[in-house]
Amino acid sequence: MADAAPDVDFTLRRAIGPDGEVVGPLPDVASDREAVTALYRAMVLTRSFDEKAIALQRTGRLGTYASSLGQEAVSVGVAAAMAAEDVLLPSFREHGAQLQRGATPVELFQFWGGDERGNDFKGPRGDFPVCIPVSSQLPHAAGVALAMRLDGGGRAAVAVCGDGGASKGDFYEAINLAGVWELPLVTVICNNRWAISTPLARQTAAGTLAHKALAAGIDARRVDGNDVLAVRAVAAECLERARADSRPALIEAVTYRLGDHTTVDDATRYRDEAEVKEHWPQEPIARLRAYLVAQDWWAKEDETRLLKESAEEIAAASETYLALDPEPPTAMFDHLYETLPPALAAQRAALAGGTGGDG
Amino acid sequence: MAELTLVEAVQCALARAMAEDERVVLLGEDVADDGGVFRATDGLLARFGRERVRDAPLSEVVIAGASVGLAAAGFRPVAEIQFMGFMLSTLDQMVNHASRLRNRTRGRLTCPMVLRAPYGGGVHAPEHHSESMEALFAHTPGLRVAIPSSPSKAYGLLLAAIRDPDPVVFLEPKRLYRAYREPVEDDGAALPLDRCFVLREGGDVTLVSWGAMLKETLAAAEALAADGIEAAVIDVATLKPLDMTEIARSVAQTGRCVIVQEAPLTAGFGAEIAARLADENLFDLLAPIKRVAGWDTVMPLPRLEAHYMPDPARIVAAAREAMRHR
Repeated sequence: MADAAPDVDFTLRRAIGPDGEVVGPLPDVASDREAVTALYRAMVLTRSFDEKAIALQRTGRLGTYASSLGQEAVSVGVAAAMAAEDVLLPSFREHGAQLQRGATPVELFQFWGGDERGNDFKGPRGDFPVCIPVSSQLPHAAGVALAMRLDGGGRAAVAVCGDGGASKGDFYEAINLAGVWELPLVTVICNNRWAISTPLARQTAAGTLAHKALAAGIDARRVDGNDVLAVRAVAAECLERARADSRPALIEAVTYRLGDHTTVDDATRYRDEAEVKEHWPQEPIARLRAYLVAQDWWAKEDETRLLKESAEEIAAASETYLALDPEPPTAMFDHLYETLPPALAAQRAALAGGTGGDG
Repeated sequence: MAELTLVEAVQCALARAMAEDERVVLLGEDVADDGGVFRATDGLLARFGRERVRDAPLSEVVIAGASVGLAAAGFRPVAEIQFMGFMLSTLDQMVNHASRLRNRTRGRLTCPMVLRAPYGGGVHAPEHHSESMEALFAHTPGLRVAIPSSPSKAYGLLLAAIRDPDPVVFLEPKRLYRAYREPVEDDGAALPLDRCFVLREGGDVTLVSWGAMLKETLAAAEALAADGIEAAVIDVATLKPLDMTEIARSVAQTGRCVIVQEAPLTAGFGAEIAARLADENLFDLLAPIKRVAGWDTVMPLPRLEAHYMPDPARIVAAAREAMRHR
C-alpha cells in the first residue's frame, strides 16, 4: 500500500448543506442518532466555552484568547475520528478538539488564563499543548508519527494548522518528511480564510491549499469544514490509512473565522462586515441542528436542555478555574530541567526568599 | 584501550548509546549511507539498521523539530546538523520548543534530545562552515550546551548528553576531529554535565576556555611555564548551565583570569564568565579580567582565517599583562 501513488481529490467533500439538507454521500455515522447528537453536543460545548472565555477576557479574568467561533466542526469532526491513543498537535484555535480529546474546560481556561498547569492534561497525556509559533508544531507531529511507526504502528498523529500556516516552510518540510518516511501523520489545514488581516487570496496562489500535498507526494482531501459529518468522515478515512498503512495525508477543511483573530484584534479594521454576515448562514452548529430536526431526533426541549447543561458545565468550570490557587513563583524553576542544576539554585533561592535575585 | 580521534570518540559514544538503549535514534543529513560528512556516524547504519539511523531530507527545521516530537513520544533522538552555520534555522525549534516543552506542560511532556553539530573554524572551510555561535544557545533557559575539548571528553560528555532527560546542544570542535589520538576506554562511563574540568593546576593566572581553543590555551600555559608563570587551565565543557565552582576556586587562588574564546568578543560567552567573576570574586582579583577572543568581525573566508583565530601568543600576552598587577 505504501508504494501506491498518492490519492488526491480536490473536490470539496460535503454531506449536509446549510439547512441540514443532504448534499452528498452520507457517511455511516449520519444514521447513528447517538453519534450525531454527540457531535452536536461537542460543538455546542465548544461554543459555550468560547463565549465564556471571551466574557472572562473582557472582564480581565483571562488572557488574550483566540476564538474558534464558526470553526467548531473542524475541531470536533477531526477529534471525533481520532482514537484515544492517537496524538493531537493543535495550533491555538482547536479548543473543540482538545475538549473532545479529554482536556477539561478548567485546564483550557487555566492555560488561556496564563497558568502552565493548564497544559498538564489529566486526560490525553500524549497530546501536545497549544502551539503559538505558527506551524512549528508540524515538525513535532512528524516526529511523533515516527515514534508511532517505530513503536510498531497502529496509531496516528494529527496536526492542525491554519491557512496562513500552510505558507510556512515548517508546513512543507513536515509533510515532505511524512511522505518520504511514510509516517502515520494526518495534517489538517483549518482554512478559515483569514490569517489575522491577510485573506486567503493574498496568502497563496495555489489552486487550493490541498494542492500543496502534491509536492510532498501524499494523499489529499478537501472538505467542507462547516459540515461536521463530512469532516469526521474524511478524517476517519485518512486516519484509517495512516494507522493501517502508515500513509500520510493532508486535509484542507474550508471554514470561516466568524470572530476576530483574538481578543486583542478588531477585524472591522480590515474585513467587511457584509462578508461575515454572508458566512453566518453557513455556520456548522445551526446546520447540524437542522439535520437533527429533519431526522426527528431533536425537539425544542432537547435544545433548551442542552444549552442549559452546556452553559452550566462551562460556568462551573469557570468558577473552578477562578478559585484555583496560583502556583508558587518557584514553579518557573521547578520544571525547567528534570533536576534543578546547582548553578540555578541561588536564583531559585533568591526568588523564594523574595530578595530579587540580583545577588 | 583504543586510541581514538575526537570524531571516532563521538562515533564510539553513539554506538555505545544505541547498543544500550534501543530508543536512541539518529537522524540527520547524510548520516546513514555516507556515515555523516565528517564520518561521525560511520558504520552505525550497518550495525543498527535504517529505522534507527535515518537519512533525513535536507531540512534542518524538520530534523530538529521531528526530534522534539520523537523525544516527547518517548525516544532519545540524536540529531546531526552538518555545520553550525546551518543551525540558525533550528533556533525556532530549540529556543521555542525543545527548551520549553517540559516547563510548558509542567513536566507532562519532556524533550530528551541531543542536537549535535561541528562548530568553529581553523579548517579552511567555505563561508558558514566555521562559526562559533555557542552563546546563542547558552542564552536559552531550558537547554544544556556541552562542548568537548578532547576525544575522551567527547566520549564521556556525549554519553551524558544522550542519557540526560533534557535537551542538549552538543557542539563538536571540528578542528580537533582528527587533530590527534588519545586513549579512550569504551566503558560506557559518562562524564558529568554542568561541571567544569581543571586541565592544569597553577597558582599565578587562571586561563578559562572551551572546545578547540583549549589547544591554544594549553600551549600558552606551556609557554608561560617556561618563563616561570604557573597557569591553571580550566575547560568549561558545559556552558549551560554554567557551574562557576572550579573557575571561582582557581581565581580565588590566582587573582588573575584570562578567558579565551574563538567566537567574536562582544556578548560572547566569555562576557558571562567575566561578569560572574566581577560579581562574585571581585575582591579576589589582583588584575583586570582579560578576554582573548575572535574579533568583532564576520568570520573570514580561509585566506584571512588565521588572522581571526586567537593564537597562543595573544593568550600569553594577555596573561603577562595580568601578571603585571601584583
